[in-house]
Amino acid sequence: MDKKKLVHPYIPNSVPQVQEEMLAAIGAGSVDELYELIPDELLFKGELDIPDGYLDEYSLRRHMDELLAKNTPTSERLSFLGGGCSPHYVPAICDVINSRSEFLTAYAGEPYEDHGRFQALFEYASMLAELVEMDVVSVPTYDGSQAAASALRMACRITGRNAVIIPRSLNPDRASIIKNYCYPQIEVLTVDYDKQTGSIDVADLQDKLSDHIAAVYLENPSFLGTIETSSQEISDLAHENGALCVVGVDPISLGVLAPPPQYGADLVCGELQSLGIHMYYGGGRGGFIASPDEERIVSEFPTRLFGIVPTGDRAWGFGDVAWERTSFAKREDAKEYVGTMAALWGITAGVYLALMGPQGMEDVGRTIMERSAYAASQLGKIEGVISPALNTPFFQEFIANLDGTGKTAREVNDALLEMGIYGGIDLSKSFPKLGESLMLCVTEVHTKQDIDRLVASVREIVEGR
Amino acid sequence: MSNKETGFHQARWNEPVIYDLSSPGERGILVPEAEEAIKESVGDASSRVPEGMKRRRAAVLPEMGQSRVLQHYLRLAQETLGRDLNIDVGQGTCTMKYNPPINEVFVTTPKLSALHPLQDEQTVQGVLEIYYKLDRFMREISGLDRFSFQPGGGSHAIYAMASMVRAYFEERGEERDEIVTTLFSHPSDAAVPRLKGYKVIIVPAEEDGFVRLSSLEEVISERTAALFITNPEDTGIFNPNIRKFTDLVHSFGGLCGYDQANANGILGITRAREAGFDMSFFNLHKTFSSPHGCGGPGSGAIGVTDELAAFLPVPLVDHDEEADRYFLNYDLPHTIGKVKDYYGVIPAVVRAYAWIMSLGADGLRQVARIAVLNNNYLLSKMRKIKGVEAPFAPGRHRLEQVRYSWQRLTEDTGVLTTDIQRRVADYGGHYWMSHEPWVVPQPVTLEPTESYSKTELDKYASIMESISKEAYEEPEMVKGSPYNSTIGKMADHSYLDDPQKWAITWRAYKKKYSGYFEPRTGD
Repeated sequence: MDKKKLVHPYIPNSVPQVQEEMLAAIGAGSVDELYELIPDELLFKGELDIPDGYLDEYSLRRHMDELLAKNTPTSERLSFLGGGCSPHYVPAICDVINSRSEFLTAYAGEPYEDHGRFQALFEYASMLAELVEMDVVSVPTYDGSQAAASALRMACRITGRNAVIIPRSLNPDRASIIKNYCYPQIEVLTVDYDKQTGSIDVADLQDKLSDHIAAVYLENPSFLGTIETSSQEISDLAHENGALCVVGVDPISLGVLAPPPQYGADLVCGELQSLGIHMYYGGGRGGFIASPDEERIVSEFPTRLFGIVPTGDRAWGFGDVAWERTSFAKREDAKEYVGTMAALWGITAGVYLALMGPQGMEDVGRTIMERSAYAASQLGKIEGVISPALNTPFFQEFIANLDGTGKTAREVNDALLEMGIYGGIDLSKSFPKLGESLMLCVTEVHTKQDIDRLVASVREIVEGR
Repeated sequence: MSNKETGFHQARWNEPVIYDLSSPGERGILVPEAEEAIKESVGDASSRVPEGMKRRRAAVLPEMGQSRVLQHYLRLAQETLGRDLNIDVGQGTCTMKYNPPINEVFVTTPKLSALHPLQDEQTVQGVLEIYYKLDRFMREISGLDRFSFQPGGGSHAIYAMASMVRAYFEERGEERDEIVTTLFSHPSDAAVPRLKGYKVIIVPAEEDGFVRLSSLEEVISERTAALFITNPEDTGIFNPNIRKFTDLVHSFGGLCGYDQANANGILGITRAREAGFDMSFFNLHKTFSSPHGCGGPGSGAIGVTDELAAFLPVPLVDHDEEADRYFLNYDLPHTIGKVKDYYGVIPAVVRAYAWIMSLGADGLRQVARIAVLNNNYLLSKMRKIKGVEAPFAPGRHRLEQVRYSWQRLTEDTGVLTTDIQRRVADYGGHYWMSHEPWVVPQPVTLEPTESYSKTELDKYASIMESISKEAYEEPEMVKGSPYNSTIGKMADHSYLDDPQKWAITWRAYKKKYSGYFEPRTGD
């Protein structure tokens, strides 16, 4: 069969006769003629080294299923991997809504024909605003790291300063993203942490604070899982030096942990993944930035912001707030830049919060604290294992130090893998001063049975029985 | 005012803001409780949280039964016009092509959705193979040597390019402080270099829509770090001098970055390599069919020549031939580090791979050729409509889109392109005007893609024709539209621009207003 004449189901006008009719209407002799503006020397005359493809859907399905079968997802094993991408239950309705054609395939329509998209994102912002107790929340950014990086740039513009402080205990990838985003205008300083507690070293912070510092960034819980017990003191120190306190949160903790303004945060940011979004090999990410409703702050947001507007018939309308800030309007004179980011995950997070309600958020926070506390203490009963290794209250993630077992974190993880368990994140390279340590993530999806299996397996590995 | 063309009316639910659906005590979903044995073992775990770090009052979230939550969001869905529901040629530059549902099957399976990014590599060989092979496909399509899919969208890919430009010249010890772009390039081509500390120089187009080589010669110098340029431009015009542009920039030692966010008209036809570019990017949510998701998540596939490969964000995916194993490669000597968490928007990567595999090399060329055929066909229909013109490149064919102007219609009737935009909603369609600034007066940008039949293109053109007729016969009616959309016209923009009046969350609304937009006073 002549492939060039193939009528492809995705391309209705691949029917040759239709093409003839259209060319006649255009007044062109061939499709080649339509490319008249491309000089001959720029026309690609070779063959693309791309397979012929699986033109029928069944064959495509077979091919893709075979490829995907080479993955062994966390749903087929017992996994305690976290580190900013954590396993949580995704309510069925979250998936139903974000796979609806209307939301999945819409893009940048107007506040009329895409009214529902605007309302859903306004509501998402409204619910997240209550969780963090701020009056302004952005349309989602690419991810939590981008949100942190933008929030720090905002802080620099608000204060007119050009340096920020981040903790050394930060996720190294997030630190890399922040440093790259701030470079070259903004200096990123690092404040040390206490290896006994995982907390920010307040004395070191005092040394580094100066009138150049625009912001101090901290996270609750920290990357290492700990609750920053000196948060109030840190934000006070920032404020005494004329700097802002920017706090990154995991929103699923906020049913039990304090909303950051309670301890002095000026800007709040975070990652949305825990709110009803699957992990997708790290590809299910969205970030948010939240602030008070002050013009001098709102005008520094780079992202889109949706606001509520009256209509002639007393319905709710929605639209873009302060559009003139954005790079769509101002190009090179904009506040940073904006583009296609992660709106669908904002809608999804909204569905999640609407389902959970105040009680659900409190309940999930409590379950996570109880189950992770149980896992940490049970692991600590194994000979040679210190768990939790950091002497500070934690949320969801904790560190088990293996120095006393004679095994490396890598060895324990490899052995767990053999037993069908994805263990913790090996910190030995990224946080060498914590020794041979695993960081484990325990959430509402882990039953007592799961945890007991993990503990028994680790015991078998390190005690040899 | 119903339209005579279709009699369409979109769903209008007058759905309250979700907080007004809340009823105290209702529950949308229950959460697993820790087992009694755990509770006994750990006691009250939350008591370990220091007082100052405990939440003192429950978050003010809606309390709703599950059915009402579902109903609410389905109603909002019905008040959203997804691509699947309309002839979506009206969102030019967005490439609103068909998003095959089969590709959602590959994304929603736990085989992909339940993968953790830090799983052992031997447990993720399938997704790594897809990532690796998509890199290979992109190399073919662009002629470049190496791709990363870490950026989360087109603007993010521009950000990766600007970061690499800076790192490249720092590594060489060269001080260059300018990036040059054109007025018809995407706004982010101007905004992002500024973010990365560059002075941005904008080259305007001449009256015929082309950027002159001589205009570029005036601004390119030893200070030029890079040229960032969109081609084909938003006007659908391919810059025939593009190779001369890149040669010029290279002669001064600068780099060239190709904005190919919209490459739908040129797949397998013309490539970044032959045009002389060092870097380029494709939007997987445009040309490669990943759905747009109401504005993301998307993906910006960033490609470079061998000379720049060591500067790409880490990790890349490589293949160990001997062990026949795919692995994450962090070993890039000059890497800019990371621009996004983990490895990028993996669902978009998987969909793009599946989409290419559903077409093959011949199919890809077919996509481009039909997208261009469709666009020129629609142009031929639009030319017959009163009040609209297609500025620039007179008598020449266009590639995948056209930026039209309703200037004559505005002069004749007073109806603006923004009025037409609202009226199109009454016909069940989208309509997007232009990036700013509006070099083309009263603009609209139409991009048919390969996905619509001749009949559908005729239909969209007939909507334009009907509205043109309405503008000439009943201009006030068009200005008062929409009538058959989800809501009526919002007239007062001060609610979006006045800090005293704007409300970005319901919480802020409640602080500012009592009742329906009645300002709170005295408290």
